[in-house]
Amino acid sequence: MRDRITAFLVLLPSLAAVGIFVYGFIGQNLWVSLTDWGKNPAQALALRPELRFVGLENYRELFTGFVDVRFRQSVVNLIFFTFFFMGGSLGLGLLLAMALDRGPKGEGFFRTVFLFPMALSFVVTGTIWRWLLQPQGGVNVLPTLFGLPPFHFPWLTTRQQTWVFDWNQLPFYTALAVGLTLLYVAWKAHREGERKRLFWSLLSSGVLLVWAFTLGRTTHLLPYPEPHGFSLALVGVILAAVWQMSGYTMALYLAGLRGIPVEVLEAAKVDGASEWQTYRHVVLPLLAPITLSAMIVLGHIALKIFDLIFAMAGLDYAPTDVPAIYMYLLAFRGNQFAKGAAIGILLLLLVALVVIPYLVSQLRKEVRR
Amino acid sequence: MGRFFLYALLLLATLLFLLPVYLVILTALKEPAKITLDTVWHWPDPVYWESFKIAWDAFRPKFQNSVVLALSATALSALVGALNGYVLAKWPFRGSNLLFALMLFGMFIPYQSILIPLFQFVKAIGLYGTLWGLILVHVVYGIPIVTLIFKNYYSEIPDELVEAARIDGASFFGIFRHVILPLSAPAFVVVAIWQFTQIWNEFLFAVTLTRPESQPITVALAQLAGGEAVKWNLPMAGAILAALPTLLVYIFLGRYFLRGLLAGSVKG
Repeated sequence: MRDRITAFLVLLPSLAAVGIFVYGFIGQNLWVSLTDWGKNPAQALALRPELRFVGLENYRELFTGFVDVRFRQSVVNLIFFTFFFMGGSLGLGLLLAMALDRGPKGEGFFRTVFLFPMALSFVVTGTIWRWLLQPQGGVNVLPTLFGLPPFHFPWLTTRQQTWVFDWNQLPFYTALAVGLTLLYVAWKAHREGERKRLFWSLLSSGVLLVWAFTLGRTTHLLPYPEPHGFSLALVGVILAAVWQMSGYTMALYLAGLRGIPVEVLEAAKVDGASEWQTYRHVVLPLLAPITLSAMIVLGHIALKIFDLIFAMAGLDYAPTDVPAIYMYLLAFRGNQFAKGAAIGILLLLLVALVVIPYLVSQLRKEVRR
Repeated sequence: MGRFFLYALLLLATLLFLLPVYLVILTALKEPAKITLDTVWHWPDPVYWESFKIAWDAFRPKFQNSVVLALSATALSALVGALNGYVLAKWPFRGSNLLFALMLFGMFIPYQSILIPLFQFVKAIGLYGTLWGLILVHVVYGIPIVTLIFKNYYSEIPDELVEAARIDGASFFGIFRHVILPLSAPAFVVVAIWQFTQIWNEFLFAVTLTRPESQPITVALAQLAGGEAVKWNLPMAGAILAALPTLLVYIFLGRYFLRGLLAGSVKG
């Protein structure tokens, strides 16, 4: 009995620390995000600032306020960055893993080379790639090695954008995207014969899509059009991030490929499947759980990406802005703590949206085992 | 034919992964005056070692900060993790699994969502701008992952061993000291590598909670590279210095590095 008490006492400091530093601070941050801390510059840095409760005002301003246009661009940047960073890392990682799985000579050497960027910090990666992407040098002069004219792409400094859309249409696009995703879920439920899931996903998808094409089209967040798009200065950042993280996905996929029993592949061969068909119908479905895990980890990194952009483009360059950068800029440079806290809460919500369902499904799996 | 494409692909990828390294070394070895954009890829002539000396002089205090920070925070968090993992794996109590799950959540939160209260807190207890504040923060936010790794590892140790020791009259700490610890080396190595790499490379906490005199090398490097006036030989030599410790860990302990990587991200 005494030992049980000792055991609990040993765990207690960690529990208290996590309780305060994680849950307590999240609570406090939520409270700060609902106040006006930082609105009045005289109060901003006071030892005991007077905070007034303003409700969701900070959130409203971020999404529809006149001054926070930069936040909106940072959200758009984050979406594009996450998409291309994930796609690039997963694609390149899978390609490299499939190549290494065929047992080339010097496999250990290749593996070491592909994985070493993982040991670097994003600051080091950023510093290196900042130099590589200088407008008149680095990557741009590579074609001259083959006697071709150099590129003239200002990787990190361009202000060009593509796929520009009006921020006012964000509700429409969001409803459309979620509605279509739910439609896909419904289709899967139909194939698996899950009636209840089919009903609910079909219903909510229908509601969303109807809303999108009726009221959603005319919902306006701002009284004026505000264009945002994929900022091309991000291409350089995405390159650097994929360079750093694709070794990681390669390691995951390689472990997955090696874990596929030989009998399964033999069986496919006996059934007359070509190599391509084997990959398409046997190997890739077996790798799906790995893809999901990797997407969680990569998505997580993408949402928090800060050091890489800090090192590559600095804090003050709007075209490569992401919410994590803007949060730091607002809170620790501009002393606008309440608004910074609001961005922190938004990031937390995004992470929770992805991570909690994943954790719950993992736990269920463990229980079933 | 297939083999040819396979090796072509692998060599191309190797080139892609190593070219940045080549360029960094090249630039670090050039005389500042000779660093121009159109000769970026040319081999330095003559090789100029002075940059490393200058960079070392400039970065040494920050490098030392990083060493102290990473070593002490790693040691502390390994100790905390071993004890926590031991309790959760071998002395579970009612609700301990729920508490563990609540603990794990701390691994996933984006630190932006606690940064402002953390900043206030560290300031309020007088540790703002010191290395101690940063050590504390790294130990605390390391708790979830180190506990997870040790708990998983200790779950593999048969309960009978603990049971037998208990019947022989060993106490909670006696069992830890004489039964568990002697078996723990691999878990300690994985945790040490993971934490050392993470803490050495960390940037957000470091830039928020330190002053110039307590900055680790990542912050110093980011600020130097961000300045416009500096010649590129210095940031490049600095990047090599900042990368070297974790690269050495990776090269010499790669197997454990990978294991930590997989344990830290797939399981969580």
